[in-house]
Amino acid sequence: MFGYTMDEVGNIMVMQGFSGLSLFSVLLLMALGLAIIFGQMGVINMAHGEFMMVGAYTAVFMSKLAVKYEMVNSYFVFAIIAAFILAFLIGYLVEYLLIRHLYKRPLDTLLATWGLSLVMQQTFRSSFGAKEVSAELPEWLLGSFKPTADIDIPINGVFVMVLALVVTLGVYFFMFRSRGGLRVRATVQNRVMASAVGINTQKVDRLTFALGCGIAGVSGAAFTTISSTGPTTGSLYIVDSFMVVVFGGAASLMGTIASAFGIAQAQSILQFFMTSSMGKVATLMTIVIILMMRPEGLFASKVRR
Amino acid sequence: MSSSDRRQFIKKASVLVGVSLALGLSMATGSASAADFPTAAVSTTGLAVTDKTVTVGILHSATGTMAISETGSIQAEKLAIAQINEMGGVLGRKIEVVQEDGASDWPTFAEKSKKLLESDKVAAVFGCWTSASRKAALPVFEKDNGLLFYPTFYEGLEQSKNVFYTGQEATQQILAGLDWITKEKKAKTFYLIGSDYIWPRTSMKIARKHIEQHLGGKVVGEEYVALGDTQFGSVINKIKLKKPDVIYAAVVGGSNVAWFKQLNAAGLNSKKQTMLTISVTEDEVLGIGGENLEGFYSAMKYFQTLKNPNNDKFVAEFKKAYGENAVIGDVTQAAYLGPWLWKAAVERAGSFDVDKVVVALPGYEMTTAPEGYVKVDANHHLLSKLRIGKWRKDGQADVVYESGLINPDPFPKGYQ
Repeated sequence: MFGYTMDEVGNIMVMQGFSGLSLFSVLLLMALGLAIIFGQMGVINMAHGEFMMVGAYTAVFMSKLAVKYEMVNSYFVFAIIAAFILAFLIGYLVEYLLIRHLYKRPLDTLLATWGLSLVMQQTFRSSFGAKEVSAELPEWLLGSFKPTADIDIPINGVFVMVLALVVTLGVYFFMFRSRGGLRVRATVQNRVMASAVGINTQKVDRLTFALGCGIAGVSGAAFTTISSTGPTTGSLYIVDSFMVVVFGGAASLMGTIASAFGIAQAQSILQFFMTSSMGKVATLMTIVIILMMRPEGLFASKVRR
Repeated sequence: MSSSDRRQFIKKASVLVGVSLALGLSMATGSASAADFPTAAVSTTGLAVTDKTVTVGILHSATGTMAISETGSIQAEKLAIAQINEMGGVLGRKIEVVQEDGASDWPTFAEKSKKLLESDKVAAVFGCWTSASRKAALPVFEKDNGLLFYPTFYEGLEQSKNVFYTGQEATQQILAGLDWITKEKKAKTFYLIGSDYIWPRTSMKIARKHIEQHLGGKVVGEEYVALGDTQFGSVINKIKLKKPDVIYAAVVGGSNVAWFKQLNAAGLNSKKQTMLTISVTEDEVLGIGGENLEGFYSAMKYFQTLKNPNNDKFVAEFKKAYGENAVIGDVTQAAYLGPWLWKAAVERAGSFDVDKVVVALPGYEMTTAPEGYVKVDANHHLLSKLRIGKWRKDGQADVVYESGLINPDPFPKGYQ
């Protein structure tokens, strides 16, 4: 086939399938935090990428400590937990100082969070320097699995995949199987009614926003294994994150998952058969066309308006 | 005299000798006093020159995306200026600096150039990094007859009376590198990959022509990734399918880091794959991580590990100024040349007037550059050598090849 042996084609298909799945988990991890903040709360959080970088810089900082205390092989798990906690706390603070004053003016959240993203970028730059940094990765995160001689499965890809699964399950259980999630969903569906039955909606808002930021922090920490960490790296993720959430149908978590999967597969296949940038263009075109036909996104929410 | 006294004495005496030697030298090298060069004579076009000072501008991005790359250039230019001032300045005048921030925004570069030239009246500007920022600022420099020293290696196809290019243009960086890797690795097939904008596209065009027409090789893939793209899975699989002898890469920014990390994770490390890149300097290695680069090659005119007295001194002083962990990449070194070349030109011209300085610089041979001997060509670019560095795990490169001096050729015939 096209001058390649069946073996070669088979191997590439396996690796290509994996890279599609790997892209899927990257997009999912990127978008989950935003799906909660934008999808559930309706806050257009332009600083989403910067919250991811909070996590990434936490990982880098922890890696420096780990090198010092010779814990390089085990620190990464702690780094991810620390990234969650730190991003959660900063998110909590931001909600308290900034976002809660703007719930009635959703478009202003766009400007306010964009401003916040600039402030955060400059903070990273002033405290960690303008140059990109890299986290010292443990040996077990480097290199690839080789099920056969010619197939390489990147370990960091597998790691991101597992983490995406864990976070998605975590979000699912929180949102649909816990009282906290019930309160969030109640507040989203009908704020007045929720507060009438005794839910402290302000507190729910604060925790929801912080949770979204925390998840962004986790994904940021995870992405230090596959891409760069710099003051403006966060801005690389923001477009893709919004694309996944909007395409999936803003208020639906299932939609986010389905849309991440669809976009990842389309992009990965198109990029294989076309050039990389053309593949991306074609994917975006498809999304635009589908959104023109279904403005609500893939999974329209069934909220009464 | 006890032996310790004697030691003391010898020490003191040698310090004295050293100091007087230094004084003598500085007089001999003609750190001329300003009195020999009356202001009215050395500046006739209203530049910011007084009896004691001369003002120059530094125009780089200290904020925004490009701050990653441009910080090193700012540091190098300031170091050079500080050193020149220590030696007595230019024509007996201390250099004062007005620093402006281009903020990674190309129209801002034009606006700040205008400010530097029209209201600060600076005698020269050291600045710009991306081609886009230079292209934005160029009309301002040409209209106001300013003088720009531009440090980055770039795609060529430009030559202006008002600009000196201290980095390499594309053919200087590309041709000798391809020649070397073809000979050294017996390479026949090449996969070209770059970020999707003017510099990689122009460079790859030149590379492809050279591979196909002069080296008898074959280009089995040419690929451009969107700026800022961080997912390379599909591209890497394509490369695995094509099995090129050499990957020739010009990926930049955040994409560059993702590219190397994912390449390594997909099992394409230097043991299995030869790669020559024209977009990795010591600065980029910080973000990419030495372990992801180990064994791959970069083609640059300068590496921090170059062994020569000029460079030893430069590296030591750079680290003294900016910390032991500071690294010096190709562009940082090229930026360092800017103020020195300007000083030499002003002294040759005996004037700060741009028209006279511009005429005085071509033909100048610089022997104190950290990269070694360079000469300013009539086309305002530098004659320089190309080096191939092989990356080590610690983020430094071993220089494995050094070309002869290469003439700059910004408008290469047969490559456009």
